[in-house]
Amino acid sequence: MSPETDTVEEFTPTTWTGSVRKKWLRTLPPEKMLPEHQPVYVSSWIYVFGMLTIVSMLVVFVSGVLLTLGGVQWFHESSLGRFTNSLHYWSVQLFFLFMVVHLWGKFWMAAWRGKRALTWITGVLSFLGSVGVAFTGYAITTNFNAQWIAFESKDVMNAIGVGAVFNVTNLGQMVLYHVAALPLVLAIIVVMHVLLVRKHGVVPPIDAIDPQVADSTARTAEVAS
Amino acid sequence: MSRKNNDSLDYRPWTGPNRHYDILKEGAIALLVVTVLVVGLSALFSSPDDPALTFKGWATSSPDDFYATMVTELAGTSATATYGPPYNEGDGVSVGPLALQKWGGVTHPVDAAQDFVITPLASQANPPAELKAALDAWTAAAPEQQQKWGGDYSDALADPAGANGDATKVPAGEYGPVPVLSKAATDMAVSGAYDNALTGQGQFFQTDQTKQLLLMGDGTFMDDKATELNLQGNTWGMMNEAGSWPGQQWLAFASVWYQLPAFNAPDEQADGFTRTLTDNADAIIATILVFLLFTFLFTPFIPGLRSIPKWIPLHRLVWKDYYKKYGRRSA
Repeated sequence: MSPETDTVEEFTPTTWTGSVRKKWLRTLPPEKMLPEHQPVYVSSWIYVFGMLTIVSMLVVFVSGVLLTLGGVQWFHESSLGRFTNSLHYWSVQLFFLFMVVHLWGKFWMAAWRGKRALTWITGVLSFLGSVGVAFTGYAITTNFNAQWIAFESKDVMNAIGVGAVFNVTNLGQMVLYHVAALPLVLAIIVVMHVLLVRKHGVVPPIDAIDPQVADSTARTAEVAS
Repeated sequence: MSRKNNDSLDYRPWTGPNRHYDILKEGAIALLVVTVLVVGLSALFSSPDDPALTFKGWATSSPDDFYATMVTELAGTSATATYGPPYNEGDGVSVGPLALQKWGGVTHPVDAAQDFVITPLASQANPPAELKAALDAWTAAAPEQQQKWGGDYSDALADPAGANGDATKVPAGEYGPVPVLSKAATDMAVSGAYDNALTGQGQFFQTDQTKQLLLMGDGTFMDDKATELNLQGNTWGMMNEAGSWPGQQWLAFASVWYQLPAFNAPDEQADGFTRTLTDNADAIIATILVFLLFTFLFTPFIPGLRSIPKWIPLHRLVWKDYYKKYGRRSA
């Protein structure tokens, strides 16, 4: 039997790998994963902000990796380091701008409808995770901002009892949180979010009438006008 | 907005008309646009970088403040000395009976007098005889005696009707080695040696700035600079940053709470509910935020909240073309 030529339903897995493959293809067939068409209602600039958020995050990651080549104090001493830091800084600013617009857009579209609650939840978690990554980024800039932010925010962390494991005044610990632990967690959440979007598809308009079964009498006066 | 209407389009795979869509092309164009924007903004505006404060800078520009801070460290009355967990024993802040700050215990022990004054001074290779004698006297004294010396001198130094912060005008008294130690620490800081002594803390590798930052925050030097730059919590400091930069605007949802008068009782207000709220602001606001974040997270399941988009129909702007062509179910 050649699994490559079987349909998903005909394929009987005999290994863990095969089981995962069958489940994956059932959940996310190629036409969902990399679609060439979208429903006709996916036609507004608001939809662009999800993609803008993703690509901004990509620029954040790339500029962040470049910054690691020089270390946390590089940008104080070198114009190249400063420019690289600026790339990181402005990509973060755009990332949050796009993400907040995307998030508000999804709220006003009630995008959690139709079993899409987990998509919403992973989106909110992505926002919260991003806040955490950005916060640790500010805490490791080794300048006055870092001093003040670390000094002030330690009170909040201590107040909620996490100061022992999340010590914002410990530069070494914050560097590791910023470049390793938190981006890893964030990346996992974002990948989950994107896969859920692809799995469930883009949520239809609120109170939409299915074009194929639409009863013209059910249309509102608004349509007639 | 009912979640049980499983016949609605929301729950069914879309079988209606489609439009051409190329996700990778959209991504490539978006990447190009964002990259151009980022490079342009970086070239035009650069990025913020106000130099970090140093103990040398502090002691040089505000020697009286540095000196007074050394005195409070020795007296055990500084913010750090009285902070509580995770630095030392104490109550810390709480939300009513819920004292999360105490749960973790003392995980980063800080002895303010020892760590901030005595150890740096004792690290000098050849201390002057007067300083050596002062260090010996301090070390030999009982903790109660140390606190009495420090407390008496701190009161005398701060007395608005007396010295009012001027060490040369402090009346004679039983202050033990406190004046000598405080003066020696200030001189050491002016020379720049304090930065090295506190940063290295006797180790070759050191990446933990907890002690330096706690000491820096015990004086008014850093606080004054933050006030000057609008970085205090009650001036949106949680989201501002030094200079004219966008800052962390995404923290607006947290920063807004620190603007409320209820969390900003004046220092002279000794008691009352607002005083309690202000003293425990960090813990109370953190609790409010946790509640709000869970609400945000579980919006799809919260009746009323999940219906707001239907009540305030901004979505009609997004899908106006669809509604125009295919109609919309009546409410």
